[in-house]
Amino acid sequence: MIKILKVAYKNLLRKKTRSGLTIIGIGLAAWVLVSLLGFNKGYESSLNRDIDNLGFQMIVTAKGCPYEAATLMLKGGTGLRYMPGNITEQITKEPEVEAVTPMLMQAVFDPNKGESGGYSAYLGVDPATFPGMKSFLEFMQGAWFTDPEAMEAVLGYEAAELEQREVGDLLLIAEKNVEVKVVGILKRTGTQDDGTIFLPLRSVQKIFGVKNELTGVGIKVKKDADMPRFEEKMYKLPDVQVVSLSQVKQTIMTLVSTAKVMVFSIALIAILISVVGVINTILMSVMERFQEIGILKSMGATAWDVFTLIWVETLILCISGGMIGTALALATAKLTEVLVRQLLPYAPSGGLVQIDLSLVILTFGVVILIGLLSGVYPSWKAGSVRPLEAIRSQVE
Amino acid sequence: MTENGQRVIEANHLVKIYRRGSEEIAAVNDISLSVEAGEFVSFVGPSGSGKTTLINILGCLDNPTSGKLVLSGRTVVENGDALSEAKLTKIRREIFGYIFQKFYLIPTLTVIENVMLPFTFYEKPGAEKDVERILRLMQIVHRKDHLPGQISGGEMQRVAIARALVNRPKIVLADEPTGNLDTRRSQEIGILLQNLNQKEGLTIILVTHNPVLAKMADRIIELRDGRIYNPVHVPPENP
Repeated sequence: MIKILKVAYKNLLRKKTRSGLTIIGIGLAAWVLVSLLGFNKGYESSLNRDIDNLGFQMIVTAKGCPYEAATLMLKGGTGLRYMPGNITEQITKEPEVEAVTPMLMQAVFDPNKGESGGYSAYLGVDPATFPGMKSFLEFMQGAWFTDPEAMEAVLGYEAAELEQREVGDLLLIAEKNVEVKVVGILKRTGTQDDGTIFLPLRSVQKIFGVKNELTGVGIKVKKDADMPRFEEKMYKLPDVQVVSLSQVKQTIMTLVSTAKVMVFSIALIAILISVVGVINTILMSVMERFQEIGILKSMGATAWDVFTLIWVETLILCISGGMIGTALALATAKLTEVLVRQLLPYAPSGGLVQIDLSLVILTFGVVILIGLLSGVYPSWKAGSVRPLEAIRSQVE
Repeated sequence: MTENGQRVIEANHLVKIYRRGSEEIAAVNDISLSVEAGEFVSFVGPSGSGKTTLINILGCLDNPTSGKLVLSGRTVVENGDALSEAKLTKIRREIFGYIFQKFYLIPTLTVIENVMLPFTFYEKPGAEKDVERILRLMQIVHRKDHLPGQISGGEMQRVAIARALVNRPKIVLADEPTGNLDTRRSQEIGILLQNLNQKEGLTIILVTHNPVLAKMADRIIELRDGRIYNPVHVPPENP
């Protein structure tokens, strides 16, 4: 028994260049599709990871602190207004709260930083609560400061590289002329923590003269808490503004969605072009084999037999293209990531393009669907050939 | 296999009319004939005499405008109404093996794959075992793994004949099978057809311009203008 798959495959070998070019066309469409779906998935999960790595799901800042500034804060900037220190106790009383950690961010202009000076940011954190909330932070050298009033600092990976400091070195805070001792250097996290200099909260308050004031309070909410209700409660606190990280995520996703719509349109066009290419190839091959199809029918092939044969040919083209496209997407994922980073307003750290098995299966599903759909017309045309008309025709 | 002497084809008053604009052309004009199992019949006649149209109607590749056709006791066409395409396909599988002037071999399939092509679409119990014997009969067994491009024209036609035989047909219809071959190879094909008829007991209907080939048949039917002109050994009940 000679299988229909073998006949279909060997039929495609008759015009190798044409079949090859069609496969490349489908491959390119599949490549675009896999890369874009991979980006869609990778971007969202990287963003989620960035946000999860903050260790808290909500930040309370002083009222008037602009929303943009809150977003900036995620990237290492600072809020401009202060809240009273006792707000921490008020928040802790809420039943939804698992833990809170007060923070005070200060920035000073350091003329010795870089070529023409730059801002250095210092984040005052509570040694009792902050390390617990950010338990994923790992040390390359040293450890957290334990004395809440120690003149000690922990440097993020990039901050340590920039300041060229090691554990035991002293670090000068510009403008204030205060020296602190480096007690720890963090490993790279891929988040804004890499560029931050951490000091005990009370030390920052003392150095910068902002006693008993805070710029933000990080809140870790209990897993089963009703977030919207809790958010509403937080808004009732006087003179504060609540930024839940799901809001921040939403904002970033909205910014990105425009770019996403554009790239998906490109993918759609690529797919449509490949569909037309497939129909063209198969239809031409049917026309060329018009007489031969007549002979197949005289041999006892039914309309459905011929339909299946041509359909299988289409599917072989599409599946081969799908495999090439997926392989290409896997091979060029890094390149795609570089391109995407150039295009997007905000890109989280970590892998932006994530191609996994479910995505490959999805792409194959789409490609097979393309094959099935674009094969219908040529296959139907071939199947409806009347043997005598075909044998008599002059087509070569 | 049908017993010799049984009628495998009975055609009564077959007419096939083609319309070209307002003109009507009767390609087959009231032909009645019968063929018995194991007969070798050749149709001869000038171009346009209706030979190919007739063989196509007898082989269920074309429907007549009117008339009746009975194949192996089964009525296929009555008053110009033919069976459904699905039923005709079944009859083509069971009764006929077709040989055409062009060989229509698939260039990327080997000789044996081309011969077994009909089995891509249906199975015939036991028939596959017969393939090797048919290849030997057609003297192409040594070429079975070659591609069509690697064999001669005569061998290609023998492959096409082998392909027509694998489904164990009762009747072989050959329409100008030597039209693309030189004299020597035409003769070889003629002898092969004669052997199939005499040794295998197959009924053979041949359309040819080649008088040497035509004479190999038991019976020669000459057609002119869509009619039987000079029937030789016509059974008594037919005109």
